[in-house]
Amino acid sequence: MSDPVIELRGVTKRYDDVLAVDNVSFSVERGSVCALLGGNGAGKTTLLSMLLGLLLPTAGQIVLLGTDMLRHRYRVLERVNLSSPYVDLPQRLTVRENLTVYARLYGVRAVGKRIETLAEQFDIAGFLGRTYGTLSAGQRTRVALAKSLLNHPEVLLLDEPTASLDPDTADIIRGYLNDYRQASGATLLMASHNMLEVERLCDDVIMLRQGRVVDRDSPAKLLQKYGRDTLEEVFIDVARGTEQVGNRGLAS
Amino acid sequence: MKSLRRINAMVLRYTYLVRRSWPRILELIYWPAVQLVLWGFITEFFLTNSTWLAQASGVLLAAVILWDVLFRGQLGVSLAFFEEMYSRNLGHLFASPLRAVELVGALLLISLVRTLIGVGGAALLAIPLFDFSIFGLGLPLLAFFFNLLVMGWAIGLLVAGLVLRYGLGAESLAWVAIFAIAPVSGIYYPIAVLPDWLQTVAWALPSSHVFEGMRAVMFEQVFRVDLMLQAAALNLLFLLVGTGVFLMAFTSARQRGLLLHIGE
Repeated sequence: MSDPVIELRGVTKRYDDVLAVDNVSFSVERGSVCALLGGNGAGKTTLLSMLLGLLLPTAGQIVLLGTDMLRHRYRVLERVNLSSPYVDLPQRLTVRENLTVYARLYGVRAVGKRIETLAEQFDIAGFLGRTYGTLSAGQRTRVALAKSLLNHPEVLLLDEPTASLDPDTADIIRGYLNDYRQASGATLLMASHNMLEVERLCDDVIMLRQGRVVDRDSPAKLLQKYGRDTLEEVFIDVARGTEQVGNRGLAS
Repeated sequence: MKSLRRINAMVLRYTYLVRRSWPRILELIYWPAVQLVLWGFITEFFLTNSTWLAQASGVLLAAVILWDVLFRGQLGVSLAFFEEMYSRNLGHLFASPLRAVELVGALLLISLVRTLIGVGGAALLAIPLFDFSIFGLGLPLLAFFFNLLVMGWAIGLLVAGLVLRYGLGAESLAWVAIFAIAPVSGIYYPIAVLPDWLQTVAWALPSSHVFEGMRAVMFEQVFRVDLMLQAAALNLLFLLVGTGVFLMAFTSARQRGLLLHIGE
């Protein structure tokens, strides 16, 4: 029986003359890992922002965990979290201070213990006492991921979750995210340009181009449908608009 | 209860910031102290050259200390909010359950703390340096302090809202906005000195009522309740406008996608 935790119905975002997202509808089932794939400007970050209410849609409806996000987003934000390279944490606070503040904002109990656990899992224990501004890009990404899991989110939105990480660390993080999903039953929606990551983590892929959903399926079925060997080739076909299948198999 | 917890988390965030940096603590006290010393010597000079000042020797020092309540109250709100913009943290903050009005609550509280540290330091310094204690004003001091603080909050929120709307290019408003009202606030001279048309403008400001009230206490030993009530009523209006502008700018930022992208 279907149990969607993320639902978008006819969502559109227009900035003056620019149509960033055009009448997008899709839903994501509980416990699944879904990827938003598309080139730059396809609307991935815009969609993630609208899901959290950071950005207001021009039209349409967004329902998260059964709650209308345009009317009652504060009812569910304690159960959701975000990791994105487009936002930062206060540079002059230490990593521990940053995590403490966010843990309190999310109403986390036993804050110190939760931070220690995440510090171990994301290998950031060695620099909990350092100010965030002194960290490397890869270290910041790990801290941002730790922040995004402080509240044991039921829905985790990830924008380029392993950006700036070396392949080994990225692989460990992907493993952790997969374990987290399996252990908690959480739903993950991620925007990524890393096709290996998508193939490894995701059950479901939504292909976007110029703000519209142009296809949706599992990674294996997309490969089959487009007659390609890698998801990267499918991505390039879709991004350039040279795919042969058009909107065949489009799910909503 | 949850709301208080989130306000407390944000106050903790700003406390971490101040506590971590001794230059920041020093800066809080530095400018009020410099102003105090400057006006202290001006007072000493004019005491032998002005019969007006001789009637209430501490009036200029009281004025400069109270003016700093207004200025520090405004900066306390504006600069704390700018910290979120400098650090590109607004996206994370508003992806959390934090509401915009809760952020406003935290900004006002941290502004109160910063003002008490900065102005309190200067007020204490005035006692040994110039033999003047503003605490000698007694209970009216509380009315003066809170009226000026609330006006500072209102202007601080207005500035924060404008900077959220127009970007950090407008951040200099934090330093200049308050000085636009200084000449008509009657800080160092009575409102009667102003041209008639400007007096109308002056009486629309809570600060003018406070400084007139301060002079009434110091020259006539009378606490003008009417002036304080007028200041409080105007402050209510100012605070509503300041909060309204901030919340409208927040909604506009959500419409224009600025929460994820605004920053240095």
